[in-house]
Order: sequence, then structure tokens, then C-alpha cells
Amino acid sequence: MSVPPKRARPEPVQVVKQRRDATLQSLVQGVPYIQFLGIQFERHGDELTAVLPYADAHIGNPAIPALHGGVTAAFLEVASIIELSWAMIWEDMEAGVEAGPRRLPKTIDFNVDYLRSGLPRDAYARARVNRSGRRYASVHVEAWQDNRSRLFAQATGHFLMPVRED
Amino acid sequence: MMTDAPTPTPPALQAEQQENRRLKVASQFIAAIPHAAAMSMKMIQVGDGEATITMPYDDRLVGDPDTGVIHGGAVSALMDTCCGAAVMVHPAAALGTATIDLRIDYMRPATPGQAITAKATCYHVTRSVAFVRAVALDEDTDRPVASATGAFTIERPRKPEGSKA
Repeated sequence: MSVPPKRARPEPVQVVKQRRDATLQSLVQGVPYIQFLGIQFERHGDELTAVLPYADAHIGNPAIPALHGGVTAAFLEVASIIELSWAMIWEDMEAGVEAGPRRLPKTIDFNVDYLRSGLPRDAYARARVNRSGRRYASVHVEAWQDNRSRLFAQATGHFLMPVRED
Repeated sequence: MMTDAPTPTPPALQAEQQENRRLKVASQFIAAIPHAAAMSMKMIQVGDGEATITMPYDDRLVGDPDTGVIHGGAVSALMDTCCGAAVMVHPAAALGTATIDLRIDYMRPATPGQAITAKATCYHVTRSVAFVRAVALDEDTDRPVASATGAFTIERPRKPEGSKA
């Protein structure tokens, strides 16, 4: 019987989780506007869900009441930028490469489709990077509230990627 | 014999009503929108289907802490508010409006420390939809920060009972 080749033991799960969560927090916490809107991110493996907890200051039409279209647009844009940055740094992070100061992608254009009025509840969003090249990226993002299948808004955006130093 | 009506002619009356409505919308608009108030927006000009809204520089709205540039999302919120305001002051007399679609082009970062001012115009209005264009400027008014185009609903009074929707 041959002895299986020696392999590095996998890192303990807590170490992996802690590193991923710390990287995610470093992306989010540095941006004052994300804190202004109160947007948080939940992570399962590499999948991110942006969460916009309800706040009275997010209302645009008190008669209905409905979320402000600008809040919805901003929430979708933040979710897109963080998803794109996260996808960009994932490999380095997993390889344990110490990342330098991070530049965020810049929005070129952003097109929001309002499907129904935003209710005075928490909102969720998930973004998908459809194409990410060296300079440009295209991202689609969907937002919902009570039911995942009943989107209240979706958007597509194009982004200019930060210049990599290597 | 016909008698002369002592009241203004209908077109003049209409113009007066429209002017009053415009001023009323302008004075109450921002105060009635919690999120616009949270961002300290001010309506500085209104016309028929036109509005100008300004938003002071605010550290809380920064998207890039290295440069102090305002987040694109905050510019979107200003653009959306301004386009909605332009719809509300249009003579079509909408009771309310909601965004159907809004596209923003970000041409350059807004200069840190400067207020951002958006100007919106309804360039075409049908019975149920307003098509709106807007531009966002900082102090360098020759080089826009962003431009936007959007479609907005026009909510009208409900038809009387018995009539078909």
C-alpha cells in the first residue's frame, strides 16, 4: 500500500470565515454613503446579499407610503459596486495575498427599472457580474422585499475597473 | 343680452391656477419627501414641467473616502427627486408620480466640497407618461457631472363611478 501524498491541512473554518468577513467589512465600512443608508451585506461562501433595513428617512412618497426611487437606485448601485469589488479581490483573498489600498470601480452608467413601488419594509438585492474585463464591467442587479420572485426593481450598470498595480 | 363675465377669462384663470399650484408644489415638495429632507435638498426654481434642485456637499454622502467624491447613488437620488418634481409642476396636473425607469450617465466625479444642482425638464408628456431629461452640475457649470433620462407615471384623479377605467 502506498502512502497518499502529504497535503497541507485545510485551514480551520473559523479562520477562513473570519478572513472573508473581515475583507468584506473593509470594503463596506470605509464608504460613508453606505453607512448613511444603513446598507449591510450578508455572505454565504462567495454569495453576497445586500440588505437595506427600513428607515423612515428612506420614504419618497408618504401618502402610499413608498420608498424613494433614489434610495432604490442607490441601494442597487451600492450592491453592484460591492459585488464587483468582491469578485475582483476574491482570488487574492483566498490565496492569502495581502491586498494594498483598494480602489472601488467607478460607475459609467446605471439604468434602473422600477417594477413596483418599494414598501416600507427591509429590501434585499443580489448582483451578478455578467462581464468583467480588464477595464470595463457589466453588472445586473435585482431587488426584492417579501418575495424573492416578486422583484420591485432591477438595474444594469457599466463600471470602469480600477487600474491594477501588478 | 349677454353680460360680460366679471371673472378672468378661462385661459388667464388657468394660468393663475397653474402658477399657484406650481408655487405650492415648490414650497411643500422637499418637506413632504423624507428622503429629500434627509439629504438637505432645496428647490430653487420651478417652471412648467421644469425644476431645479440643489443639494449641499455632505460628508455622509461620500462614496470614495480617499478623494471625498460624492457617491453616484446620492447623485441618482437627487436626479430622481428633481425629475419627479418636474413632473409634478407640469400643467398636466399630476396628482402624483412614480419612476418607471431612470438612466444615469456619470460623466465625471463631482468636485468635493461643492453643492450639486440638478435641472430637470419634461420633454414629452402623454396622458399617462412623462419623459424627463436632467443634468447635474457643480460649480463648473460648463462640464456636467451627470445626465439622466427617465420615464415617470402621471397619476390622475380616478374617473367618476360607473365610467369604464
